[in-house]
Amino acid sequence: MDKERIGVFLCHCGTNIAHTVDIGKVKKYVETLPGVVFVKDYSYMCSDPGQRLVKESIKENGLTKVVIAACTPRLHESTFRETLREGGLNPYNLEIANIREHCSWVHDNREIATEKAKDIIRMAIMKAALLEPLEEREIEAVKEVLIVGAGIAGISTALILANSGIKTYIVEKEPSIGGKMAQLDKTFPTLDCSACILTPLMVDVERNPLIEILSYSEVESVEGYIGNFKVKVRRKPRYVRKDLCTSCGLCWENCPSKNVPNEFDLGLSTRTAIYIPFLQAVPAIPVIDAENCRYFQGLKEGKERCKICQKKCPVNAVDYTMEESFIELEVGAIVVATGYEIFDASQRPQYGYGKYKDVIIGLQFERLISASGPTEGGIIRPSNGQIPKSVTFINCVGSKESDGNQWCCRYGCMASLKQALQVREKYPEVEVNICFTDMRAFGKGYEELYRRCRKTGINFINGLPSEIYETYGEGKHLYFTVFDGFLNEVIRIDTDLVVLQVNMVSPKETGELVKKLGLCTSGDGFFQEAHAKLRPIETPTPGVFLAGTCQGPKDIVDTVCHAKGAGGDVLKLLQKGIIKIEPISAEVNEELCSGCGMCEPVCPYGAIVIEVKEDGKRLAKVIQAKCVGCGTCVATCPSDAIIAHNFTTEQIIAQIRAAVSP
Amino acid sequence: METENEGEFEPRIVAFLCNWCSYAGSDVAGLQRMKYPPTVRIIRVMCSGRVEPSFILEALRDGADGVLVGGCHIGDCHYISGNKKCVARIALTKELLKQLGINPERLRLEWISSSESGKFVKIVEDFTKDLKKMGQNPLKSLE
Repeated sequence: MDKERIGVFLCHCGTNIAHTVDIGKVKKYVETLPGVVFVKDYSYMCSDPGQRLVKESIKENGLTKVVIAACTPRLHESTFRETLREGGLNPYNLEIANIREHCSWVHDNREIATEKAKDIIRMAIMKAALLEPLEEREIEAVKEVLIVGAGIAGISTALILANSGIKTYIVEKEPSIGGKMAQLDKTFPTLDCSACILTPLMVDVERNPLIEILSYSEVESVEGYIGNFKVKVRRKPRYVRKDLCTSCGLCWENCPSKNVPNEFDLGLSTRTAIYIPFLQAVPAIPVIDAENCRYFQGLKEGKERCKICQKKCPVNAVDYTMEESFIELEVGAIVVATGYEIFDASQRPQYGYGKYKDVIIGLQFERLISASGPTEGGIIRPSNGQIPKSVTFINCVGSKESDGNQWCCRYGCMASLKQALQVREKYPEVEVNICFTDMRAFGKGYEELYRRCRKTGINFINGLPSEIYETYGEGKHLYFTVFDGFLNEVIRIDTDLVVLQVNMVSPKETGELVKKLGLCTSGDGFFQEAHAKLRPIETPTPGVFLAGTCQGPKDIVDTVCHAKGAGGDVLKLLQKGIIKIEPISAEVNEELCSGCGMCEPVCPYGAIVIEVKEDGKRLAKVIQAKCVGCGTCVATCPSDAIIAHNFTTEQIIAQIRAAVSP
Repeated sequence: METENEGEFEPRIVAFLCNWCSYAGSDVAGLQRMKYPPTVRIIRVMCSGRVEPSFILEALRDGADGVLVGGCHIGDCHYISGNKKCVARIALTKELLKQLGINPERLRLEWISSSESGKFVKIVEDFTKDLKKMGQNPLKSLE
């Protein structure tokens, strides 16, 4: 230890640290600590000159260990490891003292914060003295990727990967790929046709030889680790054989169960029991909804009914005997692109959704205005099928709440503008109102769309109604009162159709995927990224990435950016076929190991095996590629025979002593 | 919070926080500029399953007034089940503390997710208050 030459670098972080921690005092104190031969402070240690300072100081002072007192190691540890490498030191001879998140930001009293910073740095120095150089491990990675979810996010990621030569599987729980974007009529701010953007991409996905679509399928289980995941996929039975079906349509045209609410049109139309979700579906293979099929319902009573689809099929593709099946994939990385669910507007009963037929949600409006929708583009009141004289859009339903969904949906303002403009253009005589709190036109071309709408005679009401009512009898319609911030008075609005712009919420499957993939969620229920700005696509689990709205609400523009970024992150990881893994793993000291085997069952990854040597001696062995470095085995070993690299018992004990006694 | 009366006993807490949940949660408390008593000294471990009973005993023997172990919520462990191993060890360590004549309340195990910065702050506040009531670690006076 006497030989160690420790250099300590104190970061001001502008004023973030220096404002509450007296760097001068800390410097004087640190200079007195054992092993410390060099102390330097700088305004931004993570900046290029800051890093250069570290590199040069290592060389000039022959430093063997480096302590950087700055922000959390979760932010810049990897940055500074590289700095050490470039300075000629092993990157693991670094310890970070977290004096920002754990000190300057959580205390106001300068004296107290300064004393605490001294403690934190002392602890880091004591650990640094005991650090050992470590070598990164290299493991081979499977150059194949699984994407979970085939909406616009999953599709965008898949095309990037496949077009870069990476084999990509895309698992979609619905019978067709396309996601929610397939239900939209037009997209803001350009008002170009959603299907014209999406459907060619869907065809590209289907045609790409490196993409395998596993539609009507779900992830059953995931094992393994970065570079080498084993994924079991559950394939639900379609009851129609993909290898035979020609998508001729005779089956669904003749199906006698015609009154099943159509999910794609959000209940605004009906479909048959054997169906394709929408005309441009990919794959265009029908699926039998057994719950509503006369044959399958008959089976429950022991009777063979109907079978019309099978009889009508000219190529014998209908196969009632199909069963659920499983396939196993080996992939190097997983991209989660499971999207969002629409917030259930009936949970805000003041708006009358589910109570009044003429209160609909934005996505239902999309189906109405879509030329391929149930009304072939006609805006009607669901209560009587007639064209409304007045349409009112209400923003922020289930959004920006102080005690509910606190987040902004990030699409509603623009969706209202787009839909209002569509009504205006199609039915110039119809009154159009938008009730909003603030118009968040944050994207490229969004403010321009708002200005354009402002000139079209749409009524903008700066306020949200507290409750919506319906009149009785002849001329029945909706009405509400609202405080309009522009007029500074309460006004009454009588309207025929109310469209609610509802928030995005995390889908139900999120919880299961959290468990299967070892992920976590943020307070809003969406998947948590590794870092909001530095690693917005990565997750805490190496090799698992996020794309699109599963990470948080986004419009299509941002979703595609995020998803293409995911493609880039995965490429960076897999293109060489070799992955470098942090050497923070466990290792058995064979001289101390008694072969008792207590470590083997505690390892959650099966990374420890007990080997029997030729002389009969039992020894624990860590499979390095499997070990993730959690340290549970180390804590279990009764003989102190397992070393947790970078978190050794000696290092932690040194930190404890430094934490308690100055 | 921080302007303690002169001379009033200021407990010292050694906290072992897992990298993925509790340590991240304590970082978020900083990001949100939350304030809490300056009593806690944090040691980062990858998983609460790494925390050995001997670490806890060492901290108390060295004079820590309290030891906090923070992990991911059960079911959310970054390493699948390390926190469950931790539960068992903490229970045993508490028994051991009793036998040694040390108030087992000086050892706390808490689940703090990366988004529960408020919970982290509340735990530090409460634990600090409780330790003030318990008084100094009796092992300190033995020296």
